[in-house]
Amino acid sequence: MTAAVRKPPRRSFADWARANLFATRGDTVVSLVLLALIAWGVWAALDWAVLKATWTGEGREACAAGGACWAVVTARWRQVVAGFYPEGHLWRVALAMAFLAVAVSPVVIRKGWSFALAPLGVVAAWAVLGGANLLPRVPTEYWGGVFLNVLIGITGSVFALPLGIALALGRRSNLPVVKWLSVGFIELVRGVPLITLLFMASVVLPLFTPAGLSFDKLVRALIVITLFEAAYMAEAVRGGLQAIPPGQREAARALGLNPWMTTRLIVLPQALRISIPAIVNTFIGLFKDTTLVYVIALLDVTGVMRQALADFAWQGSEAEAYVFVALVFWIACFAMSRWAAALEKRGAAPRPVQEHA
Amino acid sequence: MKRTLSTPAGAGAWRRVALQAALLGAVVLFVAVLARTAAHNMEVRGLVSGFEFLDRPAGFDITQRLVSYDPSDTHARVFLVGALNTLLVAGLGIAAATGLGLLAGTLRVSRNFLARSLASAYVEVARNTPLPIQILVWYALLLAAPPPRDAIGFGIGYLTNRGLNLPAPLWDAEGDTALLGVVAAALAGFVVARLLKAVRANTGRGPAPAWGWAVFAAGAAAALLVTGNPTSFSVPRPEGFGFQGGFTVGPPLVALWAALSFYTGGFIAEVVRGGLNAVQAGQGEAARSLGLNDGQTMRLVVLPQAMRVIVPPLASQYLNLTKNSSLAVIVGYPDLVATFAGTSLNQTGQAIETLGLVMLFYLTVSLSISLFMNWWNSRSAAWATPR
Amino acid sequence: MSAPIVEVSGLNKWFGDAHVLRGLDLTIKEGERVVVLGPSGSGKSTLIRCVNGLEPFQEGAIRVAGADLKGPRAEAETAKRKTGMVFQSFNLFPHLSVLDNCTLAPIQVRKVPRRQAEAEAMTLLERVRIAEHARKYPAQLSGGQQQRAAIARALAMQPQIMLFDEPTSALDPEMVGEVLEVMVELAKAGMTMVVVTHEMGFARQVADRVVFMDEGEIVEAAAPEEFFTNPREARTREFLSKIL
Repeated sequence: MTAAVRKPPRRSFADWARANLFATRGDTVVSLVLLALIAWGVWAALDWAVLKATWTGEGREACAAGGACWAVVTARWRQVVAGFYPEGHLWRVALAMAFLAVAVSPVVIRKGWSFALAPLGVVAAWAVLGGANLLPRVPTEYWGGVFLNVLIGITGSVFALPLGIALALGRRSNLPVVKWLSVGFIELVRGVPLITLLFMASVVLPLFTPAGLSFDKLVRALIVITLFEAAYMAEAVRGGLQAIPPGQREAARALGLNPWMTTRLIVLPQALRISIPAIVNTFIGLFKDTTLVYVIALLDVTGVMRQALADFAWQGSEAEAYVFVALVFWIACFAMSRWAAALEKRGAAPRPVQEHA
Repeated sequence: MKRTLSTPAGAGAWRRVALQAALLGAVVLFVAVLARTAAHNMEVRGLVSGFEFLDRPAGFDITQRLVSYDPSDTHARVFLVGALNTLLVAGLGIAAATGLGLLAGTLRVSRNFLARSLASAYVEVARNTPLPIQILVWYALLLAAPPPRDAIGFGIGYLTNRGLNLPAPLWDAEGDTALLGVVAAALAGFVVARLLKAVRANTGRGPAPAWGWAVFAAGAAAALLVTGNPTSFSVPRPEGFGFQGGFTVGPPLVALWAALSFYTGGFIAEVVRGGLNAVQAGQGEAARSLGLNDGQTMRLVVLPQAMRVIVPPLASQYLNLTKNSSLAVIVGYPDLVATFAGTSLNQTGQAIETLGLVMLFYLTVSLSISLFMNWWNSRSAAWATPR
Repeated sequence: MSAPIVEVSGLNKWFGDAHVLRGLDLTIKEGERVVVLGPSGSGKSTLIRCVNGLEPFQEGAIRVAGADLKGPRAEAETAKRKTGMVFQSFNLFPHLSVLDNCTLAPIQVRKVPRRQAEAEAMTLLERVRIAEHARKYPAQLSGGQQQRAAIARALAMQPQIMLFDEPTSALDPEMVGEVLEVMVELAKAGMTMVVVTHEMGFARQVADRVVFMDEGEIVEAAAPEEFFTNPREARTREFLSKIL
């Protein structure tokens, strides 16, 4: 005789609560305390940030309601997004952002040919922004705001990834010179704080360039950030390379593939797939690091906000300004980390702890 | 026996040597060109090179410091003061971040839904917001504290917009003896407690190890009594527009320390969670089937095994925290970068030397931590389970 | 062989939407040796994990020596304490020596002083014939030795019932015998045992009852001679024809 196959009984909320919140006496106390804390916290935050907040105005006096004074952000909305980019030319910023979106499309399209879109998109974006002799030139001193962070983040990522792969392969090379140069570069760059490298870009790099040639500060910062992230990218990829069993290489050699073909066709595709979560971690770290350029006087979104706070009209609005910037970054980074988690579910290796802080 | 095709010798080897020589040559050439350009540029601008500036007086003051310093001290001394300040905030940050991270990491796998969610929210906020922003937020919060007139008191000290006011110990001559006595009492209490615990474990009977505390208390009281209680604390008391007594920890250090701890704590939480998850589920099942409760299982079975996996990435996070302390410059805390690669650099104009020395400092710290990780990995391979 | 020591009634368990245990009723008497057979996925491991309290179950009741597993905390703990479990992958604690593996729970849970716990453990280790390895770490022992250490560890908590979840399935063939030997001795000494296994020889030699499970239900249960020579159900016959 066969017993009937049934659907499981629906678990009531009371049962769930009993297991998850009130399992022991200690648990019950903790749950009640936390519930009170969370309720109070959420209410206070909502009250300050939304219910009593002022959304427009020209100065702090406009925010008499007692809540958050978001006017400090909205009053300078154009600067927050695009810095001091000339008003009539903002369409170029929008077009550049579209090109940058194209540059990151390979991660969605995921076909071999699409990876060429990355550098093409980046070059196109810069051309549109700078002028490239076809449009009126806008010097980089005028670029700023959130779009500057996005520009640095995507440009840096697009170039740091191949550089990082090259360094990771170089580190595993049999040729001692290649290996030690790679190791030396990686360990040197990973051993120093980014801010010292940015200072170096700002102050020291001009000394190393011949008198006639002067590098844009933004370009200098971008070079330094790219090299910095490439070193961390190399470590992210290295994990994937190490995970490939030697049997793969042996099989490839047995089939007659030379080392270069083995790497390109067999090892790298698998290694990159395994390293995807670590690589995305590095992208997230890079995006967070872009805000550091404000220290060398490049007007990213933090720089714009600090300029606003220096204005007498907005003194005392630090909380609103920084919460806004934090929110912008949090949304982007959280979204990227959820995407990495989705990739992980789809079969990449589990996400390592963020090596790059 | 002839060499097979898979191990190229002869012509292949020459090619590899030639390739490396060319690469090395290119690098050397590149560096040489850079050096020559730099030398030329510096000559044109009238900049000097070399390390003599280290012996010259710095001419600026450093307000927060661990050792004595005045503006007539050399730049070399500035380096020392800055380095000590860096190590101070890094040490404080490592301690707090580890505590926070351990708590959050274990709560992330807790049975309680609210604790789990709160810990997850903390981790997601800490890791996804840039550290410079977090530092600026904490700094703004501290500056928004009430002025000394309306200071927030918390028992032993006060919080104001000028910083944290804490009690300062006052020594006099017999203070050292008293301190020695208290330390000796602590040691004695500890030893007694261990002895009692061992006796308990072996025979199942005997006085409670808690008697060790009584030994410590009695010994400390005796030490203080004998020396006539010379130690006292200068407790901060509000007076006029400031405080009398105690010492002040300025907002830059507090903000930097709070931000570093909060930020790195989130990463450490993930390291801890990863370590706990790396321990096989069967271990917990075996422990529970033997009757161990959750606390005992975590403490005696899971955590010891998790430590092996946790320590290397934990050391990495400590290194990251130390490097991140260089952001002190954005709140004006005089760490190594802010003082030596900041003010000293501006005054002497010797950017290459100052930045080079600062980078050397961080590289040394980084190397030490790498060496430690290598040692740890070799040591813990002892009871690795062969699969 | 008298009083019932494990009473399973109306046991239903789901993993998500999968109905893995369907209305099981089983009573095991004290001193009885029960062997559970069945194809993979039949739910036999899940059954004994429920008896041990390792898996929660949605419907039904399990009583161990009279204590209800779903009763108040103290009663449930008592119920769980009465069973000892030996796992397929041994699950010895790798950071402790074999001796410490066996003394950890007695010291922490039964509050036995260390010296006494060690003496008891050494007796058990002698019984399973690995006393000379007491100070070694699990990684230094062979699979068979590790499983025997696991048996000693479970016995150290003085359970009334020993549950075995495919104890020899992860062992190399030449080590299966030494573990089965220990289990046979245990059975002869009168321990109540529930064993999930594929070792038919062991079932024939030691079992008082053989229970056959398929797709979450108990299809047939009988004494070994009857079970192996004259199975009643078609599914049982099909299963036996595949493995014998």
